[in-house]
Amino acid sequence: MQTKTRIASAVVVLGLLAAGGLYFLHPGFLPKEKVASRAVGNDIISRGEYLARAGDCVACHTAANGPMFAGGRAMPTPFGNLYVPNITPDDDTGIGRWNAAEFYRMMHTGISRDGTLLYPAMPFASYTQVTRADSDAIFAYLMSVPPVKQKNREHELRFPYNNRELLLGWRTLYFKEGEYKADPSQSVEWNRGAYLVKGLGHCAMCHTAVNALGGSSESKAFEGGMIPNQNWYAPSLTSNREAGLGEWKEQDIADLLQVGTSHHGTTYGPMAEVVYNSLQYLTDEDAKAMAVYLKALPQRDSAPLPTSQARLVSPEVIEAGRKVYAGQCAVCHGAEGKGQGASYPPLAGNQSITMESPVNSIRMVLNGGYAPGTLKNPRPYGMPPFSHILNDDDVAAVVTYIRVAWGNNGTPVKPTQVNDLRKILPE
Amino acid sequence: MISPSGRVTAILRRANALIVGLTLLLSGPLAYAQTVSTNPAAVPSFKKLDSIEARVQGCVTCHGQQGQGTGNGYFPRIAGKPAGYLYNQLVAFRDGTRSYPPMNYLVAYLPDSYLKEIAAHFAAQRPAFSPRSTVPVDPAVTARGQTLATAGDAAKGVPACIACHGAQLTGMQPGIPGLAGLRPAYVVGQLTRWRVGERRAAEPDCMKRIASRLSDTDITAVAAWLSQQTPPKEASPEPSNLVRMPLACGSQR
Repeated sequence: MQTKTRIASAVVVLGLLAAGGLYFLHPGFLPKEKVASRAVGNDIISRGEYLARAGDCVACHTAANGPMFAGGRAMPTPFGNLYVPNITPDDDTGIGRWNAAEFYRMMHTGISRDGTLLYPAMPFASYTQVTRADSDAIFAYLMSVPPVKQKNREHELRFPYNNRELLLGWRTLYFKEGEYKADPSQSVEWNRGAYLVKGLGHCAMCHTAVNALGGSSESKAFEGGMIPNQNWYAPSLTSNREAGLGEWKEQDIADLLQVGTSHHGTTYGPMAEVVYNSLQYLTDEDAKAMAVYLKALPQRDSAPLPTSQARLVSPEVIEAGRKVYAGQCAVCHGAEGKGQGASYPPLAGNQSITMESPVNSIRMVLNGGYAPGTLKNPRPYGMPPFSHILNDDDVAAVVTYIRVAWGNNGTPVKPTQVNDLRKILPE
Repeated sequence: MISPSGRVTAILRRANALIVGLTLLLSGPLAYAQTVSTNPAAVPSFKKLDSIEARVQGCVTCHGQQGQGTGNGYFPRIAGKPAGYLYNQLVAFRDGTRSYPPMNYLVAYLPDSYLKEIAAHFAAQRPAFSPRSTVPVDPAVTARGQTLATAGDAAKGVPACIACHGAQLTGMQPGIPGLAGLRPAYVVGQLTRWRVGERRAAEPDCMKRIASRLSDTDITAVAAWLSQQTPPKEASPEPSNLVRMPLACGSQR
């Protein structure tokens, strides 16, 4: 009886199994698997796209309204115009015949596929830090974009700079190749930030002063400088008198980079361009990592800040500046210069207002400016131009006023400094 | 990014010379500022921080709080122009296809959706018009201007302004701007830029066809006549009327 029952249940179980097997093996009844949205091979391309954003390749390698990465954009330098090359995968005019190893050699050493030395307008002094894996990903991404047939334009450099042999000397003086090495005494986050800032982000291109030969020295890293040909001043990232990042909250630094605005200050001009084309696409983690690294940069100028120079400014100038401020500026920036959240930046206690170079403040008063429209701030606030409303004396007075009012420790500005910048077209 | 400044100033200079011919003194866009503006419409102010009104304060010192224009003859009235037209201009300024460095700089990093919103904001404004130009102009010049604006010049193949810009010169949806309330400096500047290829619109570029048929005298005349017209009370653009347009215009497609 029991045996019969066992046999019967075994038969039932086997029958069920067979039926189940048939059910599942029948083509129409295969369990539906979630199909991966992208083939595995595309992961490297997606990663490469992200890294190319972080490196801001598009900003230089795309001409205004030109096809993406097809080059042709003029890049004015103190030595003449450079014309940025086509990096689309076109076989004849782009990098279609390159391979990943050649691309890495170019990123790492600044030597092109055919052995010519690249001009350091290509930030290979920073990109040399990029890992082989990241370089390969960027290469895979570039290979995946539409090829564009567009011949590269010859550079227009003045003698003697048009002689590429000079680059041998430049490289000896200013170029050190080397992949980023993690500092084990620092956090993973700090190292990630350092890698992005020093490598793909190539922040040193603007935030480190360049000398007459277009070189910069390690010892001056991130100490700020005028951006050649753009007449904006890139503030020092290491000095509490300038960007003063040592005193910022990490979140504010991350916001400035990724959102374009923060409660501490706002990006305009060349930095707005970097945010718009590159930094807004960073993940929150990467923006934060950069903030961690930047906040921890060795702080120079730890000496006490100079006291306000207000006493050196004639009362008439202060009064003229105060009048202009009350009439044109206070409605947004507040009577006490406190600003309004991230909408209108504060002027009181804002190092970018008080730092030694008044260039950016003067330019903002003359030409106004909009923060970049970003994923997290798609409807930015803007400041109107005043160049047609205020004369040189007015602008000098109001910039002087904001540099010394409310305990700000800046120095006065002269009308001639305003006039020099008035002659320059806004960009 | 921006066309060489020399070329821009040369064109502006040429346009300025034309205007001086109109016995107007132009305080051009690159001219030296004289005094602090006392025009309240050109001073930043807003009621609510989180509003489009507060966000477009970057426009007001040139275009006025409601886009009505300011004392400066070169900066156009943008209030009530069709949103499509304003949006096209903002995109062109951003992308550098319309060159005017102060504008190219201001909107360089603004996304399409936001430019659309800004355009819609100013398109919806209906502020009063500034008093029209009272500059005495030679009646012969005005007469030529009136002919061009209201009848065109068949011999030259120039249609009347009102054929597209509206019987009341208030523009036409979606892409043709009103000319009411524009001052001669701006009109002369734009027609001249169009003629020399400095300003372009979507193909087919009807204004290119027209401007290239106009002489300096024509441009001066039409700008003078336009500036002397009294704008209508209800200055809204006319609805789109492609059938009636004498020339094909890309901005209407």
